[in-house]
Amino acid sequence: MWQAVRDELAPFGFEIVTVALDTGGVAAAGPWVERANATHPSLIDIAHTLDEVYGIVNVPSGVWIDERGSILRPPETAYPRRPGFLDRDVRADDPPHVRERVLAVKNLRIDADSYMHALRDWVQHGANSRYALSPDEVVRRSRGRTRDDAEAAAHFEVAQYLYLRGDTDAAVEHFRQAHRLQPDNWTYKRQAWSFADPTQGPTLLYDGDWLSDVQKIGAENYYPALDM
Amino acid sequence: MLFTESHPSVLDFELRSGWHVEARGLCHGDICVPFTGPTDARSMATALGMPVVEADGMLAIGPRSTDHVLASIQAPLLTLPDVRTGQAFELTSLRGKKVLLLAWASW
Repeated sequence: MWQAVRDELAPFGFEIVTVALDTGGVAAAGPWVERANATHPSLIDIAHTLDEVYGIVNVPSGVWIDERGSILRPPETAYPRRPGFLDRDVRADDPPHVRERVLAVKNLRIDADSYMHALRDWVQHGANSRYALSPDEVVRRSRGRTRDDAEAAAHFEVAQYLYLRGDTDAAVEHFRQAHRLQPDNWTYKRQAWSFADPTQGPTLLYDGDWLSDVQKIGAENYYPALDM
Repeated sequence: MLFTESHPSVLDFELRSGWHVEARGLCHGDICVPFTGPTDARSMATALGMPVVEADGMLAIGPRSTDHVLASIQAPLLTLPDVRTGQAFELTSLRGKKVLLLAWASW
């Protein structure tokens, strides 16, 4: 989805770096990168280190970094265009759980037009763009990290290591700890759920699943409203 | 920080964390935290307020708590492998360009 944006804006000194938060590694993310014919750097982050370092808790999240390596906007929901799943209708033959999911997804707050307008404005006007935030505002908007969040990061790191080593049962215990300690971290949850069930539905291994957890907070709160 | 041994060396911890034992305590750049020992990775992490998780002969040390993950606007260093080449890519190599760093996932 982002390659077209890269093609459009690269002539103006712009580059995209994608980072796949995928414990499944190249086997999981590689086919997507290939299909996209991506010409931009496409990186893999099996341990979800971006969560700890940049304060990312959901995907897709974008961070703006200027020519000097300064952050102009901290992580925020970044879609290049309105995703098709927002407009998928419930079908008569959809089983109940699919119907529920389709309906929940419709309430996700995704404002791709505003995001892309701001991104193009920044690429054109640089520091003079009204969307380039002040240093104080960048820091203020970045997430805090509680003691529990920090401990969740440690558990997730153990979990992904154990999972890749094949110690699935032990990994689950640490995934669960990470979920308990930082319940609003969707990358930790969805990663683990996806290993148990590719649709991230209910399993015996985890207390939550995508639909139940989204319904708990309200789908409109899954992505924070963009504050451009 | 994940150490695949339960008692990583002090040097290992210093290299990975950026914190060093000095006469003033544990220091990272201009910041120092009082520290009286014992000088081992676990005690150093605890003194820094970093959570320690032990598991299966490993030691995982979480980051410090903070009001804001981004302490300044300087983009944190990031070195990760490229999906296609496997080569380490450094974010700093894109200095001079506007960069959209985009986190996504296949799941």
